[in-house]
Amino acid sequence: MNFLGRIAAAPGGGAGLAILGLLALAAFSAHAFFPGDPLRIAGPALVPPFSSGDFPLGTDRLGRDVLACLMHGAGISLLVGIAAAAAAILLGVAVGAVSGFAGGFIDECLMRVVETFQIVPGFLLALAFASVFGASLPVIILAIALAAWAEPARLTRAEVLSIREQDYVASARALGMHPLEIAFKEILPNALAPVLALAALMVAGAILTEAALSFLGLGDPNVVTWGSMIAEGRNVIRSAPWLSILPGLALMLTVLGVYLFSEGLSHALRARP
Amino acid sequence: MARALTLVRRRLLGSIPVLLLVVALTFLLLESASGDAADAYLLSIGGGDAAFAETLRQAYGLDQSVWARLWLYVQALARLDLGWSVAFNRPVSDLVLERLPNTLLLMGTATALSFALGSFLGILAGSRPGSLRDRLLSAGSLTLYAVPGFWLGLVLVIVFSVWLRWLPTSGLETIASGKHGLARAADIGRHLVLPVGALGVIYTALFLRVMRSGMAEIWERDFILFARSRGIPRRRILLSHVARNALLPLVTVLGLQSAAMLGGSVVIESVFAIPGFGRLAHEAVSGRDAPLLMGVILVSAVMVIAVNLLIDVVYAALDPRIGGREAGP
Repeated sequence: MNFLGRIAAAPGGGAGLAILGLLALAAFSAHAFFPGDPLRIAGPALVPPFSSGDFPLGTDRLGRDVLACLMHGAGISLLVGIAAAAAAILLGVAVGAVSGFAGGFIDECLMRVVETFQIVPGFLLALAFASVFGASLPVIILAIALAAWAEPARLTRAEVLSIREQDYVASARALGMHPLEIAFKEILPNALAPVLALAALMVAGAILTEAALSFLGLGDPNVVTWGSMIAEGRNVIRSAPWLSILPGLALMLTVLGVYLFSEGLSHALRARP
Repeated sequence: MARALTLVRRRLLGSIPVLLLVVALTFLLLESASGDAADAYLLSIGGGDAAFAETLRQAYGLDQSVWARLWLYVQALARLDLGWSVAFNRPVSDLVLERLPNTLLLMGTATALSFALGSFLGILAGSRPGSLRDRLLSAGSLTLYAVPGFWLGLVLVIVFSVWLRWLPTSGLETIASGKHGLARAADIGRHLVLPVGALGVIYTALFLRVMRSGMAEIWERDFILFARSRGIPRRRILLSHVARNALLPLVTVLGLQSAAMLGGSVVIESVFAIPGFGRLAHEAVSGRDAPLLMGVILVSAVMVIAVNLLIDVVYAALDPRIGGREAGP
């Protein structure tokens, strides 16, 4: 709680926490307010927003409730964003730590692989991965993680390399601590702080990548996502532009919330004694 | 000059194993797809019997093992042959060469404009960190940086093409307009405004933020304090000490972002129906065209390497400390 309080007190951090809290609330209450499949036909087609009490934000081309889709979509966006960033960080930290600790030939090989993933545009990789293994949520999450793990790997390796030369690690060694104990108790916890600061930005990137994949028709067709709502609204962009505008605004608000939270987080991490 | 050449040679040699790794990993990834090029072709012509499928597989070389085909692909690559696109029924390299200029035009324009505007606004924001102007510009750029590019493109189309009817919605030029010379260039320019705007706004926000945070850091350095104590006017410290030192890292960001920019062009080109390189990737995926997708991924990797190399050479030319270390004796 103390740490959350520090994030809230940092400039921007409070607003970020508030936005993310509202989104989480929307995602968790979606099933209570709009039980059942949000993709089912709920009423007449193309009801404009703010014109009907039954559909506050209107309906789309097939008569689906836009507000229900938006709220259910919030959960999917947050889930994919957090899961993909977590997977990318786990993989990146593992590879980066092994690379940094092992050194020599293993380090050289692993870094070549990391470099490979950095020069291929991540979005193209995710696109190829999703098209090969079929569009479902786990595949999308893996695809985005695969496109994003190189940066945390590089960062972890660099941190490990610099921390293992520090005096306190040398003194731990002199005290006769086991190398594995030094690695897990002294080096890794300290190497993780900058990676955690990167984590929030990776969540934002993952949310945007998921939206772009869905927009191109490579998202999971069985769940409602903001990207697929934008793509769907594009078919009637002349007569009902709000169908594309609304989910995009939600997307922008989410990513902005994550950025603000990340600024608050790095502020709080820096301020840690 | 000799230093730059050494750097180029070393980096080119170093990129060969990485490129081979790109080839192998992408090849194996696309190989795990269910269905192959013969299936895709049969689907496109409306089906055929098993014997015909077998003939096709022999013609495409699909009856050989994965490793044999990977080796053949690498051998063909050495002759700069990227294989045959199933969906377009044309050589992949022809398609890439045809589409690449459009994407380079789009991205080059967007990058150049946003680099200039972003660094200018960054100097405005970073000239007095913490001031009202800085806070407004920082908040604005953070908001713009949160905008999904493809959605911004759609909103621009709604406003400027559907409502105001000022600009065309899609394409790179008016089809069969019969225009030549300057009239054609003006036509292409009109088509470029919205996609360049959609890409450029987001890049501008990025460059602004990097420039601003770089400057905020440099203001704290000792040499600025020293410059102040020598009584150098603030305006000169700002331009020739702070802004100048913050500009170099911005060039690095340009290189780091080049892969992400190429990825972003996939969606933007799809939104605006621009026959570019990025859209080729989307078309390859929709057409289940593995050789084409492979070619697009490989060429984009080569482009990212080339951009980063170019930036390093420029960097070495600008900053004597860098080249000496990188190029070695």
